[in-house]
Amino acid sequence: MTPPTTAAADESQAAAADSGPPRSASGRRGGPGRRPRQAGRLRNLSLPYMLLLPAILLELLVHLVPMILGIVMSFRGITQFFIRNWTQAPWAGLHNFRIALDFNAPIGQALLHSFFVTCAFTALSVGLCWLLGAFVSLMMQDSFRGRGVLRTLFLVPYALPVYAAVITWAFMFQRDNGLINHVLHDQLHLTSDRPFWLIGDNSFYALLIVSVWKGWPFAFLIITAGLQNIPRELYEAAAIDGAGMWQQIRRITMPSLRPVNQVLVLVLFLWTFNDFNTPFVLFGNSAPEAADVISIHIYQASFVTWNFGSGSAMSVLLLLFLLVVTAVYLLATSRRRQDV
Amino acid sequence: MRMIRAAAVVSTVLALAAASAGCGGGSDTSGGGGGSPKTLTYWASNQGPNVEADKATLTPELKKFEKQTGIKVKLEVVPWSDLLNRILAATSSGQGPDVLNIGNTWSSSLQATGALLPWDDSHFQQIGGRDRFTDSAVGSAGAAGKDPAAVPLYSMAYALYYNKKLFADAGISTPPATWDELVADGKKLTKSGQSGLGLEGANLSNNIHQAFVLAKQHGGDFYDSAGKPTFTSPGAVAGVKQWVDFMAKDKIVATGSAEYAQNQTLQDFAKGKTAMVLWQTAASTFKSYGMKDSDFGVAPVPVQSGTPGTGQQTNSMVAGINMAVFKNSKNVDGAVKFVKFMTSDAEQIILNKTYGSIPPVKSAQTDPAFNTTAMKPLREALATSATPLPQVPTESQFETAVGTAVKGLFADAAAGKPVTTASVKAALDKAQQQMQQ
Repeated sequence: MTPPTTAAADESQAAAADSGPPRSASGRRGGPGRRPRQAGRLRNLSLPYMLLLPAILLELLVHLVPMILGIVMSFRGITQFFIRNWTQAPWAGLHNFRIALDFNAPIGQALLHSFFVTCAFTALSVGLCWLLGAFVSLMMQDSFRGRGVLRTLFLVPYALPVYAAVITWAFMFQRDNGLINHVLHDQLHLTSDRPFWLIGDNSFYALLIVSVWKGWPFAFLIITAGLQNIPRELYEAAAIDGAGMWQQIRRITMPSLRPVNQVLVLVLFLWTFNDFNTPFVLFGNSAPEAADVISIHIYQASFVTWNFGSGSAMSVLLLLFLLVVTAVYLLATSRRRQDV
Repeated sequence: MRMIRAAAVVSTVLALAAASAGCGGGSDTSGGGGGSPKTLTYWASNQGPNVEADKATLTPELKKFEKQTGIKVKLEVVPWSDLLNRILAATSSGQGPDVLNIGNTWSSSLQATGALLPWDDSHFQQIGGRDRFTDSAVGSAGAAGKDPAAVPLYSMAYALYYNKKLFADAGISTPPATWDELVADGKKLTKSGQSGLGLEGANLSNNIHQAFVLAKQHGGDFYDSAGKPTFTSPGAVAGVKQWVDFMAKDKIVATGSAEYAQNQTLQDFAKGKTAMVLWQTAASTFKSYGMKDSDFGVAPVPVQSGTPGTGQQTNSMVAGINMAVFKNSKNVDGAVKFVKFMTSDAEQIILNKTYGSIPPVKSAQTDPAFNTTAMKPLREALATSATPLPQVPTESQFETAVGTAVKGLFADAAAGKPVTTASVKAALDKAQQQMQQ
């Protein structure tokens, strides 16, 4: 935010003074000299904050209050015996955290396993979403007949309601009647037997496929938008200097897209890491071990076993992890940007 | 002016905050219909083929109740996938219906939350007394030694459903009475595109029901008398292994059913792809899939040897739906009246007939509708050889933990990985350790 200049302050003060008779009385009461100007400056400094206030209060209400409640819950033993009146639940200190982080015991082990599954899933999903999105948006950069139609078509997965889209995938992944196996096994004869997709080890790939299918249009959209801001002259100059397409992409497109990519990858990471809808609709409330991502795992630890204290503790750990990753990522990427 | 501006900002904020708080409240399901004695909110479970069918079944009955008592019942049929979460949300917020249906296996878990009105003698007196109901049904309405948390509404039991034509084609004249016979018959019935037995590997509650009965038959249980989990006891391990072995060892179950969770088994049965299923009150569903009464037979679920009875001769869990009153209801009197109406002989006959279940009310059981060849094995199982699932507060966790373990074992079996006593025990051990928090 730029500080208001004196001229602007004077102007707005004049406007304010003109705006109504009752106001002018209070403005005049300050008398001549420096005071009114100072008051005006103060007022103008506080105005942006006043305007932000509704948003800040709503933000507190919608995001921060539930978050703080969740953190409080993580220190309590909220089980089925206390959900009716959870303020009565006993304080459990760090008990919930100790259990979640005891990697030698089954609950901690399962959480750790789930964490690694989620990391692998997120890295692959974000990577593939970005690659696909970047590749396709580069291909779509030069105009050709049908480009608009294709661009619209590519955005369809992003526009579809999650549930409808994922449940369709769940049907397609069915072993006996699903489309995927029909194509892979019955028509292409690629597999000797029909593979399972919704149970067992393949469930990881099923989840990954759906996640990338659902996520890449967003990458495509953002990168396409970013590409519009790169001046054409840069490419023309590079072409005159004899740079090929690959060099143009490496030397012009990618560096110019860096700020866009920085935000895009972060947002994709957070969305994918936290994604609950996709695995839940695909697998129901007990995900196969290979696809036991953290959001489902925490859901199971709280809602299905009715131990909300334990689930909250895991959520708090997840929150801390994501905060650290986000902070490190932003620090690292913005420092790199300054170096350039 | 500054004051006015500040006031404007503050009032805007308050308005927005109020609006957003209003949004957070969700739909209005306030208890007691706002405290009016003339209305009740009722969450019914989905008993018919779909939610709309249930509304069509229940609405005329609710009209009768309104005519009798002047109390209007607001009906919502809640799908099974949502029901427990809705009840939990209602419990933690205190904003729930007045009367609700619960799966009877949840009774003890929900009883422990204190959200449901306990049915002490005086409440039971108001609906005609506890003796009107069968013992096994009341026994699955809460922990032993406590006032039940609910009243039995519909009772169900497992039976063996078999396809008469497939049996005749394979030269089998009588349905199997022991598991050995079932496996032998199953092998005769299993060929390309057809399997002997149908089950649902990813259906947690179905896994639990069968694992429980088989564990009982092996002299084991998933809980000891003190209510402590004993998932790895030899009987429990043997029970789970026998259930998974129908696919893993005996190979009379199609491997594809390892991922079934949504009653696909019943469609397979109706299409003649599966010769036998173990199911609770499936007759009406088979008919909705186009089967005739004469197409399928109903027999008691097999036992290890001998005939069904109590203890190790158990051949079914006590399945059913209970009706509970939400403790926060502002209209407990009206709610109890409604329970009385729903458990009256006349309503019991009408509703259980429609849903293909057995009335837990003894006097209603004499109706001829519950003595047909399709219903008799179910009624007899409930009367003589059905045992309630463990009535412990952690029952819901047990269903999830062990159900997930069995689902994983079926996935192993389907992938051709060996299922051994050791692997079953390891899976159950992991499930048990997750219970001890």
